[in-house]
Amino acid sequence: MIRGHQTHTIWIAFLLHRISGVALALFIPVHFWVLSHALTAPKTLDGFLHWTELGIVKFAEFGLVFLLSVHMFGGLRLMALEFLPWTSGQKTLAASAVAVSTLLAGLFLLKAI
Amino acid sequence: MVDKNHISVSVWRGGATGSFQDFKVKLEDNQTVLDVVAWIQAYADPTLSYRYACRVGMCGSCAMMVNGSPRWTCRTHVNKVLVDGKMEIAPLRNLPVIKDLATDMDPFFEKWVTAEGLHHPTKTRDDPIEAIDPSNAARVEINEGIECINCAVCYAACDTVASNLDYLGPAALQRAWSVYNDSKDAGKQAVLDAVSGAGGCHNCHSMGSCAVHCPNDLNPMKAIAGLKRETARNFFKRRT
Amino acid sequence: MMTLRLYMAQRISALIMAPLVLMHIGVMIYAIQGGLSAAEILGRTQGSAFWFLFYGIFVIALSVHAAIGLRTVLSEWAGLRGSLLNGFSWAVLVLLLILGMQAVYGVTAT
Repeated sequence: MIRGHQTHTIWIAFLLHRISGVALALFIPVHFWVLSHALTAPKTLDGFLHWTELGIVKFAEFGLVFLLSVHMFGGLRLMALEFLPWTSGQKTLAASAVAVSTLLAGLFLLKAI
Repeated sequence: MVDKNHISVSVWRGGATGSFQDFKVKLEDNQTVLDVVAWIQAYADPTLSYRYACRVGMCGSCAMMVNGSPRWTCRTHVNKVLVDGKMEIAPLRNLPVIKDLATDMDPFFEKWVTAEGLHHPTKTRDDPIEAIDPSNAARVEINEGIECINCAVCYAACDTVASNLDYLGPAALQRAWSVYNDSKDAGKQAVLDAVSGAGGCHNCHSMGSCAVHCPNDLNPMKAIAGLKRETARNFFKRRT
Repeated sequence: MMTLRLYMAQRISALIMAPLVLMHIGVMIYAIQGGLSAAEILGRTQGSAFWFLFYGIFVIALSVHAAIGLRTVLSEWAGLRGSLLNGFSWAVLVLLLILGMQAVYGVTAT
């Protein structure tokens, strides 16, 4: 699927949007299942949450916040493209979505460590 | 590099199944990919099948995949695409291959019609000619897509066309948008319905390969965004 | 295979979720400080009508959005069609709704 000049900025933005969407869709059921223990088995939940003290898990959480943020900002860019009057700065907007998401996820990581 | 004066060209031979055949072609100072293909057929292998017509970048007939990107071969300089003295020429992606570098364009044109990219008359020849203001917003919008010559480069560039056989594709949808904006056209609802089905404009993921590759600098992605806007607006209107 | 109806459901659920996601990320940046614990989470959400509504709406919108999104990916990249594609999509929707509502109940019920 990756061919020649197909790997241009807005195409990469598409790929990032799709990959982040699939990754989130795989994570969410696990996220829901873990949280559902809160009421009936809070000790089990605490057992899961204990893992979040590991550095590698904090880094993974950073990744998840980044993926959620970039998927949302990328999606907003798409909906603006579709429903608002046309603007030509699509590459700039796509890059901004990645930049803002890195900042947000970075802020999360700083608070986490 | 075969040697400094020659290049190695891999050309697709066969139909849907086949293989790449290598040719050694003399490198010239000013040479297009079409020149190379024509040389191969004239001097190396007369059984090579390919299409061209104007050879000056107006008709779009010579469109092929060059190193994996769809281009007009008559407007592609060899020295721009050579990698280590080599290049690869294949038939346009997303279309059935008839033979070698010639594809069957029927699916492309059939989708054009399915998308209602044709005029729906409102008047007869006996009625006065409709006055169209060239600065009218809708007319300006149409201008952006009017130079489409149906070369299918955008169709070949689109990954959504590749992964969804029903998808009408950038060219057909861009023309549907032009028709929709034409004040002389009676088929506005027909256009909206035609682009809202399983193969419609909503499949577009705005990857933008169509706009990046269009040799006429058209922007089908923008036209498709317009169709999405209008179908969405229509969605709510029809519900109330 | 993306028709107008699916497209509108996808876009509308996305618009509903945009402010919810921003708020959720904000809460996470706040909550991660000093580590996570069941007590801390429950202290915030348990018995709260606000969080029940917030996460309840979030789960419904997310289930619709993810089901349609995965449907597109399965169709384009895995070549699924017809009843197999529809079956998968409904299964994803139902799974996410059930798991999601269990999670919402788990953190807000008293």
